[in-house]
Amino acid sequence: MPTGREPVPSHRCAPSPADTPGRREEPSAAPAPHPSSRSQPRSVPASRSLSPDPALTSPLAAGRLSPYPPLPPPTCQHRGLPLGACSGSRAPIGAERRAGPSRRARPLPLPAPDMAVAGGARGPTSFQRRAGAGARPAALPGTRPALRHGQLLLSSGLPSLDCVLGGGVAVGTLLLIEEDKYGLYSNLLFKYFLAEGIVCGHDLFVASAKEHPDNILKELPAPLLDDTCGKELGDEATAIKSEDFQDSMKIAWRYQNLPKMEASPTPYTKFGHYYDISKKMPPELIQSIKWHSFYLHEELSSQPKMKICNMNGAYVRLLQSLQRIISQGGFDGSDPQKKQKNVLRIGIQGLGSLLWGDDICCSDSPEDVHSLTKFLYVLRGLLRKSLSACIITVPAHLIQFAIEKAKAYSVNINYLFHHTGCVFCFRVLQNKAIMERVTNLSDMVVGLESFIGSERETNPLYKDYHGLVHVHQIPRLNSLICEVSDTKDLAFRLKRKLFTIERLHLPPDLSATVSRASKQELAGSAKLLSSGCAAMATGKKHLDF
Amino acid sequence: MFAELNELLGASPQRPEPGRFTLLRDSRTDGSFLVHHFLSFYLRAGCKVCFVALLQSFSHYNIVAQKLGVNLTAAKERGQLVFLEGLKSCLDLVFGEEEEQPGQPSPLLFLRKSPSDLRALFEFVHASLSAPGSEAWAGPVLLVDDLSVLLSLGATPVAVLDFIHYCRACLCCQLKGNVVVLVHSSEESEDEENELVVNSLCHHSDLILWAEGLATGFCKDVHGQIKIIQRVSLQQPGEQDLIQIYQYKIQDRNVTFFARGLSAAVL
Repeated sequence: MPTGREPVPSHRCAPSPADTPGRREEPSAAPAPHPSSRSQPRSVPASRSLSPDPALTSPLAAGRLSPYPPLPPPTCQHRGLPLGACSGSRAPIGAERRAGPSRRARPLPLPAPDMAVAGGARGPTSFQRRAGAGARPAALPGTRPALRHGQLLLSSGLPSLDCVLGGGVAVGTLLLIEEDKYGLYSNLLFKYFLAEGIVCGHDLFVASAKEHPDNILKELPAPLLDDTCGKELGDEATAIKSEDFQDSMKIAWRYQNLPKMEASPTPYTKFGHYYDISKKMPPELIQSIKWHSFYLHEELSSQPKMKICNMNGAYVRLLQSLQRIISQGGFDGSDPQKKQKNVLRIGIQGLGSLLWGDDICCSDSPEDVHSLTKFLYVLRGLLRKSLSACIITVPAHLIQFAIEKAKAYSVNINYLFHHTGCVFCFRVLQNKAIMERVTNLSDMVVGLESFIGSERETNPLYKDYHGLVHVHQIPRLNSLICEVSDTKDLAFRLKRKLFTIERLHLPPDLSATVSRASKQELAGSAKLLSSGCAAMATGKKHLDF
Repeated sequence: MFAELNELLGASPQRPEPGRFTLLRDSRTDGSFLVHHFLSFYLRAGCKVCFVALLQSFSHYNIVAQKLGVNLTAAKERGQLVFLEGLKSCLDLVFGEEEEQPGQPSPLLFLRKSPSDLRALFEFVHASLSAPGSEAWAGPVLLVDDLSVLLSLGATPVAVLDFIHYCRACLCCQLKGNVVVLVHSSEESEDEENELVVNSLCHHSDLILWAEGLATGFCKDVHGQIKIIQRVSLQQPGEQDLIQIYQYKIQDRNVTFFARGLSAAVL
């Protein structure tokens, strides 16, 4: 009888029919380790079991919210993997791929890259037996350890983005979003990140030069409650099912029950919440957490102490404010009295734009090209030594705007300036270098490219989607390898209430006469798609075949 | 350290060659696995290592080094490893108190004073590798993780090249040690300053390890290709550089190298 069984929430999806009967009897034996197979009880069992973390549900409306909304039944059933019912003898999915010996020496979950070393007396190896339940540290709300290297992960607010990022946003790292042309969708991602922080009970720090943080917080999407979420996703599932029933397969009937297409990357454990964009976050939820704001135009009166030469004043103020909040809030472990540690989620909107006083977007010789990169470096230092995670949206399209223009027209740039009166960025080479340096200094970089205003908006191939997602970089934290998702061609779509990131699926060309035009478009779009790769390598832009 | 890479390079921890400047270069991929290799290699060889880690924290390197069989904390305690954590010293510089000890200026002083002067960083390296008691170790080694970060922090390319020149002169020639430096570069990169530094370093290095992403894009089984360039032309004028190209796959504790097209997945 395995010890430490966790109670099973009632909404968990049913185990697959492919399960052996023996396993069926113990649906709740999820992480509970069989004493013989593992000698070390998990220090954060809540992540493995799919029961709600007590720290998570208690402050928030006791039982109203379930952190693990059910997946639509067809996907769950037919994957053949009982997401809810892993028995002790069967390792979780991530560990299956690993070789035997390394499983034994799996490192324990570490709170943050640096905090791990400061936190306790660890022996020469990271493998350490835990004395008992009393000795384990309180689990941080809303976090779970990564399967591979034990790094603590937070949800980014969007479960499909979590899959793409390799499980979530690691504590102590920076997620950089390159804004799409009008900033609509990147704003959504920004809000999802903050909303997730509220639902998990984390502290927030919101910095913006465009909107007041109070207004940003008022506009956050409301979390989807358990029953309505089920209905929402269930509606779509029943729609699919009813279509299936009409044309049941006669010949390939064994494939009847397979899902038509795996659109969204399925997370291997349930982590993260869903949000309804059409509704606003209830103010009582916002009041339940502690949040700090930094609105540049209110802070301009204070005089920053410039310790770094040639740095933009706005950035210096932001860094000082951030450092003050981190040290006062005890996020960097400086306050040993604080028993209940919490995570700080930092959101900075529109960094690098003119509103922050940084003229890399629109000047031929920016005052200091290095301000943004210096800021990111100091921010990285602050993040690494504290229990925090940061999302930054950067208007990369503005910084790189002139490259396309200059290459397309290749006219004398001075002529263009004097006769059109528009401000381009002339130092083409300099400013594109900035984005490369910014990418090197960030951990995760995701670029959004929306179809608004481009010719792809009317292209029938992309009719289901609103834009593309390019994952430019995924970090290798505490290990030589990183979690890379298999799908590189990702697109996003904004449904009525939900925003999802899916694998870009071009429908099969079923017309009787396959037109040449559509083939060329497909080839063109395929080239563009595969040139954006994540983490491992990017190919040459133009290939011979 | 990766045994296969040692074989390819003809290196062995028992007899590390002195006086070499190794350049680690990556394009379109992450070449930090080479840094981990050299760190564990030189620590196993018994050399005194000064590691200037500008981009990641100590615990990151520590955890990876444990997988490779080396304990960085123990090495630090017995004085074999001097670790400069760039992120931490930058924070101390920016948010620390005003008064600094005159004998020990911050190595990243160029952030505050002048961007064209990396002298403080060089003094730090020199002091740590020529400190009394260093003769006990096999030879001094300087390892820099990511020189390109110095450019992002505002140092001029000439200052960076001066710093490397001083380090080479001091470590490779005087103290008969080794220098290993990682830089990022890319063929279609628009970063002129970076390309200047990288090209200049390429001309001065004895060994170049160039990790590139595959030209055809992402692959699950082959993570990239590595070009090993032995600069024979520096020692014997008239000779051509020896270039070898292999492909590699990074695993949890090891990196396997194989000839092009002969990855295990294909065979």
